Amino acid sequence: MANIVKRYGIGLTTVFVALAAFWMLALVWIPYSIMIEQSFRLYLPFSELNGPRDVYTLANYASLFDSIAARNVLGINVPIPVYIFLLTVLYSCLVTVLCFAFAYPMAWLLAKRVSVGAVPLIIMLLIIPMFVSELLRTYAWYIILAFQGPLNAALGLFGIGKIRWLTGYNGVIIGMVYTYILFMFFPIYNSLTSLDTNQIEAAQDLGAKWWDVHRLVAIPHAKSGISSGCTIVFMFSVGSVLVPTMLGSPSSRWFTEVILRTMFESQDWNTASAYAFLILLVCLVFVSLVMRLFRVNLTDVAK
Amino acid sequence: MIGDNVALDRISIEFGNFQAASDVSVDIRPGEFFSFLGPSGCGKTTILRTISGFQEPTRGTVEIGGRPMKGISPNKRPTALIFQNLALFPLMPVWENIAFGLRVRGMGKTERRARAERLLDIVEMSGTGDKMVSQLSGGQRQRIAIARALAVEPKVMLLDEPLSALDLKLRQHMRAELRAIQERTGVTFIYITHDQGEALAMSDRIGVMSRGRLQQVDSPEAIYNRPVNAFVASFVGENTILDGRIAAEDGKFVRFDTTAGTFLALPGPELQEGAFSRLFVRPEHVRVGGEAASNSVSAAIAKIVFEGNLITVVGRTSHGTDLTAQFTNNSTSIRPKVGDHLNFSFDPADAQVLASEPVRTKEVA
Repeated sequence: MANIVKRYGIGLTTVFVALAAFWMLALVWIPYSIMIEQSFRLYLPFSELNGPRDVYTLANYASLFDSIAARNVLGINVPIPVYIFLLTVLYSCLVTVLCFAFAYPMAWLLAKRVSVGAVPLIIMLLIIPMFVSELLRTYAWYIILAFQGPLNAALGLFGIGKIRWLTGYNGVIIGMVYTYILFMFFPIYNSLTSLDTNQIEAAQDLGAKWWDVHRLVAIPHAKSGISSGCTIVFMFSVGSVLVPTMLGSPSSRWFTEVILRTMFESQDWNTASAYAFLILLVCLVFVSLVMRLFRVNLTDVAK
Repeated sequence: MIGDNVALDRISIEFGNFQAASDVSVDIRPGEFFSFLGPSGCGKTTILRTISGFQEPTRGTVEIGGRPMKGISPNKRPTALIFQNLALFPLMPVWENIAFGLRVRGMGKTERRARAERLLDIVEMSGTGDKMVSQLSGGQRQRIAIARALAVEPKVMLLDEPLSALDLKLRQHMRAELRAIQERTGVTFIYITHDQGEALAMSDRIGVMSRGRLQQVDSPEAIYNRPVNAFVASFVGENTILDGRIAAEDGKFVRFDTTAGTFLALPGPELQEGAFSRLFVRPEHVRVGGEAASNSVSAAIAKIVFEGNLITVVGRTSHGTDLTAQFTNNSTSIRPKVGDHLNFSFDPADAQVLASEPVRTKEVA
């Protein structure tokens, strides 16, 4: 702190600290605190606010379970909101795994195989689609994946029959992988560029096959990039509204849609807050699992 | 454990228009400590990468232990490479670094650990197995890199200037250490260096390289005392170099005319009729003082450098030619002063006339 004051003077330091404090308090902690506080109170008519029924309760959270409808999963009756919640977490994990599966080889090629001169062009080609808004890009996938759409037409040229892409969670997963893959790609690419090529060659020289090089040298080296990529992609997927709304099918429901409906159709902000808080908890659990899995600390993930 | 021989047969390596190595042929004997010596950019690292399999030669063949190596990938060759920056794995503890080659060969953990401990003993680093590489000093890392390479029981060990990052004291210590490990294990060592002292002190034989070509392959003594051409003579050791031309043959010597006078010297092996040549004589072979005789020239002392064990004096003749002499510092050695006129002389058998390129250009990096 004394260092910052010495370097930037007292005035500028105050501005820095004040801005950081404003961001932390006004944009993060206060809204979240209000949301969490709301989630423990019932949705009551205005006249009953601060009345005898306005007490702290877990009823909003419990409402997740007392659904009229339930679904039988492996012999257990799971209430629909819980079922949607679990599927959202499951499919977000799948999106994360798929993003890794596509992004890692791509990052490897770009960081270690492609000639240095070609890299800026390729990275530009990767970024340019991001100039278009997420809404339009998702619309584009809606068209591409349509039953009479260009993808099926292209597959038809190879004699492959028409596939119904937008059923179940297919469209949602394809759309999310596409939308979030770069958030996986760039952290991994960054950490792989710092891997010394001599280390790869040393491993090969000592008898390592190509998968040994990845398993024992490259992936451990890139683990901070991989863990931050996984964290970002998972959080974005769990919290995504746009993609599940646009590319979802009648049989796909995302938990954010449940929150959205509770909030704007039922006007029940308290229950919606409880559900939103659950998503926050899931994200926290996921981050700590990833940190445990990759044996990295929070600073590595934040990078 | 005994090493394999390595036979390079007319190896040429091209990168586009750049000729990194041309026509390199050498037969490295089993269990030999062989050094490639040359300035940076002379192609010695490329040769090493060719032996280890990271680089396929454009032309020519590599044979290790009589087996042609064409198409055999680095992980299947009986070689182990020690990188210039060592390339130890920073995320693994020391013992796992050493046992890496055993791990990828599918050896179980307890056995790996035991083997790693044995290798730590060999490089005198017992008890450091659980440390991380970052906790070790430069010299210790060096030893771990050697242990890691020895773990896979290579027939040929390839070392790419592994001592260049160490300070002088440690470097001299590690020279002896490397030589001792080599003798203990019997593995063929192929060593790359630009440091002539290192090459002379450690090697059984040295191959001197320049611009992708092998200039001379010989014992350290022969390289120093009987260099075949001007490049080898000037790259290994110091010289007084006199420009001139061969006037006549005189028995086993030649008469060499220079602006400072005519000198007798041995003709070098690569001399050709009419080719440009120079006279080379080592400073320690030049005597200062004494009567004027054959092979002597009077010069004014221009510079005296006292180095403790040695004294180096530079004399300038009336024609502006510099001669360097070096002698040991003892009670009987002369103590010239700057400006003194003294005779500089040398034995004809200690001087050589060597083929040289007309203009000494800087080596291409």
